[in-house]
Amino acid sequence: MSKLNTSSSEFDLDRPNIEDYLPSGSIQEPCGKLRLRDLLDISPTLTEAAGAIIDDSFTRCFKSNPPEPWNWNVYLFPLWCLGVVVRYGFLFPLRVLVLTLGWIVFLSCYFPVHTLLKGNEKLRKKLERGLVELICSFFVASWTGVIKYHGPRPSMRPKQVFVANHTSMIDFIVLEQMTAFAVIMQKHPGWVGLLQSTILDSLGCIWFNRSESKDREIVARKLREHVEGADNNPLLIFPEGTCVNNHYTVMFKKGAFELGCTVCPIAIKYNKIFVDAFWNSRKQSFTTHLLQLMTSWAVVCDVWYLEPQNLKPGETPIEFAERVRDIISVRAGLRKVPWDGYLKYSRPSPKHRERKQQSFAETVLLRLEEK
Amino acid sequence: MGNTSSMLTQYDIEEVQEHCNNTFSQQEIVSLYQRFCQLDRNGCGFISADEFMSVPEFAVNPLSQRLLRMLDGLNFKEFVAFLSAFSSRASLQQKVEFIFKVYDSDGNGKVTFNEMLDILRDLTGQFISEQQREEVLTQVLEEAGYAKDSLLVQADFMKILGNSSLKMEVEVPVD
Repeated sequence: MSKLNTSSSEFDLDRPNIEDYLPSGSIQEPCGKLRLRDLLDISPTLTEAAGAIIDDSFTRCFKSNPPEPWNWNVYLFPLWCLGVVVRYGFLFPLRVLVLTLGWIVFLSCYFPVHTLLKGNEKLRKKLERGLVELICSFFVASWTGVIKYHGPRPSMRPKQVFVANHTSMIDFIVLEQMTAFAVIMQKHPGWVGLLQSTILDSLGCIWFNRSESKDREIVARKLREHVEGADNNPLLIFPEGTCVNNHYTVMFKKGAFELGCTVCPIAIKYNKIFVDAFWNSRKQSFTTHLLQLMTSWAVVCDVWYLEPQNLKPGETPIEFAERVRDIISVRAGLRKVPWDGYLKYSRPSPKHRERKQQSFAETVLLRLEEK
Repeated sequence: MGNTSSMLTQYDIEEVQEHCNNTFSQQEIVSLYQRFCQLDRNGCGFISADEFMSVPEFAVNPLSQRLLRMLDGLNFKEFVAFLSAFSSRASLQQKVEFIFKVYDSDGNGKVTFNEMLDILRDLTGQFISEQQREEVLTQVLEEAGYAKDSLLVQADFMKILGNSSLKMEVEVPVD
């Protein structure tokens, strides 16, 4: 694993105070004259450290919880074996067939449309959108996706942006099936990257590179340009920045909320009854993840298109982001944690430690004054 | 207790329980093992400093570097023994002993003025000047009856810290 770097200070300029969320009940306000005991007693700090070692809210967000085994019985076990045979021997080949068929149809329509209709932009875009929605439907069919959409379908209007919570890259496919969004995504290697640079590019998708800090300004500019254009596909952003296990939400990045446009929240909740759709990118590649989905009975999920929100007067983009995160978390039944998803890839800034040190130092100095 | 398997046998659990003087119940040891395996991502039998620092709540703690030195290279049994001071079943003496060990960085059983100053520096950072830190520490030491160059042993710590208001407990989540 590559060395972790301290995250750049850009990541926590005007972040809400993490201390408000962290359990710090152990640090009571001491009073009275400063004694030796007060300086030597490091038990509150040690307790916090031990608490973090034993269980912490950040790691919990990315834990894939294995399903309870139910086949531990003399008649359940053969049933389960039968299920495995059906899933791997019958369903899986059938699904592969359906998917291959879908790709053949898609590619045979897409390339002619893409090359021949170069002159007629409007028609070409319309057909490409329809085709992408088609191939996504094939994908969803290949996992027997049972998806319930609630709420009004997204419309194509300028100055609006869609945000959703993120569990796996299939979020994009699930949403794309219904509406051809332009999405902003991390550029991936492999066959996914190939798809990104060819087909998804035509939808107006925007790519970024997490590890490049200069990238942020360029991406911010591209986002702004995209939402201005009336003809562009509606923009979909996953403000968490990383895949979370669908039980929690991590902090939303403010980029989507300072574009000066309406934000339409979308909440996605997967039902783990047949398969856990969380893509633990540390544990499996996307291909393995897809294969896992294709060999399970079904992928069940609910998608809620929620009421569009605007920046309230006097509200900062960070507060706006937190408010929308609240709306999405409540709707999808997710718990909020105060961590930045990018802490998966980098370390917290020294600012947080410094804040603790400052608070302790101030207490010491204050009590020194007391007689 | 192989580092490749994620299964603890009953013998393993009892061995660990004995090693930590029964401060954790068997269920808690199983939970701690799951946590240990979760943190030890490359499965090499101990948690590296990097793996500890990937827990943001731990990384922002002012004493994290100190604790990392004590946690370095511990296998699961030693990891549980390390955490045993934080169990509700641990005695006051065990807790004070742990605090003493955190201070006594060279492990010679005596805590010097400089060792106390080191911890105070970790806790206050740049927000108190070095000179002021020394002054404060000297002052409170003298008020408690210790000269600046005195060496504190565990009994002294017990005397200073050992009253029942010392709270150092963490609950191990058990499914």
